[in-house]
Amino acid sequence: MSVNFLISQAKNIQIVINENAAEIEALDQNIGDGDHIFNVQRGLKLVVELENDIKNLPLQKGLNMIAMKVLSGIGGSSGALFGTFFMSMAKTPDLDGNIDFNKACEMVITGINAMKERGKADVGEKTMMDVLIPVSEKLNELKSGNTDMNEGLSEIIKIAEDRMLATKDMLATKGRASFLGERAKGHIDPGARSSQLIIDTICKSLINK
Amino acid sequence: MKKFINNVDDFLKESLNGFGKAHSDIIRVNFEPNFISRKTKTKEGKVSLISGGGSGHEPMHGGFVGHGMLDAACPGFVFSAPTPDQMQAAAENVDSGAGVLFIVKNYSGDIMNFQMGAEMYSGKNDNIITNDDVAVEDSTFTTGRRGVAATVLVEKIVGSLAESGGSLEECKKLGEKVNKNSGTMGVAFTSCTVPAAGKPTFDIGNDEMEFGVGIHGEPGRKREKIQPSKTIVNNMLEAILDDLKPQKNEKTLLFINGMGGTPLTELYLVYDDACEILKSKGIEITRSLVGNYCTSLEMQGASITLLKCDEEILKNWDAPVHTAAMRWGM
Repeated sequence: MSVNFLISQAKNIQIVINENAAEIEALDQNIGDGDHIFNVQRGLKLVVELENDIKNLPLQKGLNMIAMKVLSGIGGSSGALFGTFFMSMAKTPDLDGNIDFNKACEMVITGINAMKERGKADVGEKTMMDVLIPVSEKLNELKSGNTDMNEGLSEIIKIAEDRMLATKDMLATKGRASFLGERAKGHIDPGARSSQLIIDTICKSLINK
Repeated sequence: MKKFINNVDDFLKESLNGFGKAHSDIIRVNFEPNFISRKTKTKEGKVSLISGGGSGHEPMHGGFVGHGMLDAACPGFVFSAPTPDQMQAAAENVDSGAGVLFIVKNYSGDIMNFQMGAEMYSGKNDNIITNDDVAVEDSTFTTGRRGVAATVLVEKIVGSLAESGGSLEECKKLGEKVNKNSGTMGVAFTSCTVPAAGKPTFDIGNDEMEFGVGIHGEPGRKREKIQPSKTIVNNMLEAILDDLKPQKNEKTLLFINGMGGTPLTELYLVYDDACEILKSKGIEITRSLVGNYCTSLEMQGASITLLKCDEEILKNWDAPVHTAAMRWGM
């Protein structure tokens, strides 16, 4: 993993999110207030625009700059959560050397744990954490095991999709949708959907590489 | 979408520019990070009150910056919580050494961003979380109730205490009392259009209303056919009284708040209905507030807030205030 890797991922993700923007917006209008997609799009645009400022920086510095940009440029829950994600990733020890698959897993796990802490949401509450926490658990398994990387990435894609779909029948207890009670049932959580798309895009780009 | 817009991306900046120019006698607007502060420095020893939230609820919160209310307000994008650097910069700008009290409406995004802002600010600070919306069931396992129009009352009443020298602890305590003593219920007849979205947040029939709507057009308790004002007001008040359980002859402040698209003529009619119903239940209305204070862009609808008042609350409510949106006694 390098700053250039992060930028190229952000560009890929931006394309996928833009392609699915109408769907995410509609989900958010069903159970939220419709701002999620704009926040995610604004965040991706800001990160992609950072390219020239950060492309030659060491990873930790680059991550911190991404974190500050995301934190100060997005707003809403997404800004706080994704800002926390990058800030915590940057705090993973030993980022100076070569970042192999295990180290990258450790960074993502650290980031997701910090999001969980910040948002005080766990699995089953109809938020993006329904996708991110199981993915983080799987990464932890992969990190310490001998699974083939391609196989592991395919499993993560599947987990993210299953968990995203599972938010449909949940009652929301955290976030804007929590105000709806029973009426939130029957709708996929927009944050779970955007997170799943992000994970899907990253994993697919890594398979067979 | 029919709105006064030049370019969607400049919507907030241009609106803040205008606000700064129109009220240059009271406030100044800082850009990047965005915050509105009083024109004059916070006097030494006075606790600073800072609020903020998504834009689109004007005059809340920027319209409440000034003598007797807030020291600063941090506006986010329309309906999106502001960012931590805004709160940090505002706190550093206005804190006179007596500490900062953040007034935060209970939404996940606001809570997280204010929390991070508070962590980044090195000075003494504390917060009040408002959650007066009785349309939503409260629970310790969930995000809980939304903070809505009673936030205006908290800002006015605590603002007065801070002005007269109340400590950070005293201000927080009074704010929590006002929040606990208030209940709000909102009804929407139409949706609203977030500029970035370009289309209404929700669909609603010509003969329908959303009972228990939130201030971002989030759905409420139920969708109903529209009814005569007396019936709507009665249902709203019942939900509030169920929650607030005022004593007979308890003094109250009755606040009829417009959502942005309902004319004052109708809001006064709602006030009349509410007075009659409350009177029949033996509840005394000793103070009133009617107008558009906590809006949801151009949404048609109104919320009713009832605040149970003791002497401390009344004294601080009556104290002078001079802000862009609220002014009396000076």
